[in-house]
Amino acid sequence: MDWGFFAGTAIAGLLAGLMYALVAIGFVLIYKTSGVLNFAQGAMVLFAALTFVSLHEAGLAFWLAFLITLAAMIVLGILVEAFILRPLVNQPPITLFMATLGLSYVVEGTAQLMWGTQVHALDLGIKDTPLPIPDILVSRFDLFCASVASTLVVVLTLLFRYTRLGLAFRAAAEDQYAALNTGLRLPVIWAAVWAVAGFVALVTGLLWGARTGVQFSLSLVVLKSFPVLVLGGFDSIPGAIVGGLLIGLTETLAEVYIGPYVGGGIDEWIAYAVALVFLLIRPTGLFGQRSVERA
Amino acid sequence: MSHAPLLAAEDVEIAYDEAIFAVRRVSLLVHPGEVVALLGANGAGKSSLLRAVSNILHAQRGRVTHGRILYDGTSVAGSSTSRLVRRGLAQVLEGRHCFRHLSAEDNLLTGALGRGSSRLETRRDLEHVYALFPVIAEKRRVAAGLLSGGQQQMIAIGRALMARPRLLLLDEPSMGLAPIVVAEIFGRLARLNRDEGLAILIAEQNAAVALRHAHRGVVLENGIVAAAGTAEVLRSKDDIRAAYLGLGRANIQPVST
Ligand SMILES: Nc1ncnc2c1ncn2[C@@H]1O[C@H](COP(=O)(O)OP(=O)(O)O)[C@@H](O)[C@H]1O
Ligand SMILES: [Mg+2]
Repeated sequence: MDWGFFAGTAIAGLLAGLMYALVAIGFVLIYKTSGVLNFAQGAMVLFAALTFVSLHEAGLAFWLAFLITLAAMIVLGILVEAFILRPLVNQPPITLFMATLGLSYVVEGTAQLMWGTQVHALDLGIKDTPLPIPDILVSRFDLFCASVASTLVVVLTLLFRYTRLGLAFRAAAEDQYAALNTGLRLPVIWAAVWAVAGFVALVTGLLWGARTGVQFSLSLVVLKSFPVLVLGGFDSIPGAIVGGLLIGLTETLAEVYIGPYVGGGIDEWIAYAVALVFLLIRPTGLFGQRSVERA
Repeated sequence: MSHAPLLAAEDVEIAYDEAIFAVRRVSLLVHPGEVVALLGANGAGKSSLLRAVSNILHAQRGRVTHGRILYDGTSVAGSSTSRLVRRGLAQVLEGRHCFRHLSAEDNLLTGALGRGSSRLETRRDLEHVYALFPVIAEKRRVAAGLLSGGQQQMIAIGRALMARPRLLLLDEPSMGLAPIVVAEIFGRLARLNRDEGLAILIAEQNAAVALRHAHRGVVLENGIVAAAGTAEVLRSKDDIRAAYLGLGRANIQPVST
């Protein structure tokens, strides 16, 4: 066995997995705090990437385009709270899920109406060339993605642990009724968490978009995040990260080492197969919330 | 009492899902500085009334279908729960509802967040709560879900106190607790009332404990007021025992509020 090649493959898999983790994190944020399975997370990724790349192509500087897109994502969060979450409060989860399914079409449609349907190239200025490590193939761009993703995770963790908004998030995530009774303003919290999820979608969209081009298929990354969530648990950010890494690793290794025997295309379905097995043996996922109870 | 009432429920009727009537035409007053016990068996309508006062009924698909509730002179119907909390109306929910994965201190801090306290106020209020419940100070870093029922009740009460309430609503604080813990918690509440003039409306099935510390009591049965009066009067009447235990009200003389 060629261990250098194996290591390169594994690292590529882990890096791809980190990208899945990003989508899953956006999902977890919203699910934890408002109990909504947000099918529109993929559409938000597309919307953010398309908006950014169109502004950038129109001649705006990177940071200006980034800030305007971020503002757009915050507005989207506020609109979602006002027009979807608030009217549907107290409705069963399936109703809210269907609403986000509808939302994903609206967001995708709006993005394409505003910015068109052609594929945009996105250059973040990081070359996709291998690092000068003998025998192991690691691309600079992948490494850049990994560091951005890790930074984002650290920032989110700090936000959750050490800020007032983070405390409000955690309280609302834990017990909405108690949060309401304590005087926390759930509408503000929900709008804020959708805005943060929008920020995560923007970062995800830029990284994925730079890799694959900004196009409609970006919104389909949400489908890849489901197995990640099944593995990691729907309510755990560490779970989303570990789940993403495992899925990325499994996919890449399976494609390279098993693919030749089963005729390729294995990366299309292996994640779902793993998720299915996982559902049977551990339905709450690796990190799904166990209740904190006294023994 | 000479003061205007802090809380006035007038002819309140409450329904869930537009059909099930939980409370029918109930009136009650709480004056500043007063401790009032809201008694009655399981299902009498105590929690529903408290939910209506805090305007959180809608979160349980309930609605006030008749009458009105005034807190400090204005109707609660027009205020969100968070506004009511900021105006000094805090509730300790039935079943405590601590944030189980949050530390004891973080639980308390959510109370400050609900009120919108400054950092300085928050620090002072934390000290106040810790002085009242020293055991919580010891456990401040422990997840609330890992603490005993009594400690969780103290956290829930502390969280409400962080809002610097003028009227504290408590829904069955004795539920599931050992008598000695119940006595301790009621002792602290009585002290808050005595030393700081905090008005308290306390819903209890445990009438004996509640009436020991209350000035007045209101007994609900099947959503209506079956009896009301001073704590001494309610304590001394045997027939009233029957009413709040839900054993029928054959011998009850209705008492006006
Ligand atoms: N969330 C709810 N939905 C529907 N009915 C309810 C709800 N909560 C209470 N009820 C009904 O309202 C009545 C009064 O209940 P409740 O206010 O909880 O009484 P208590 O607190 O005195 O035990 C009961 O018949 C109960 O079944
Ligand atoms: Mg009750």
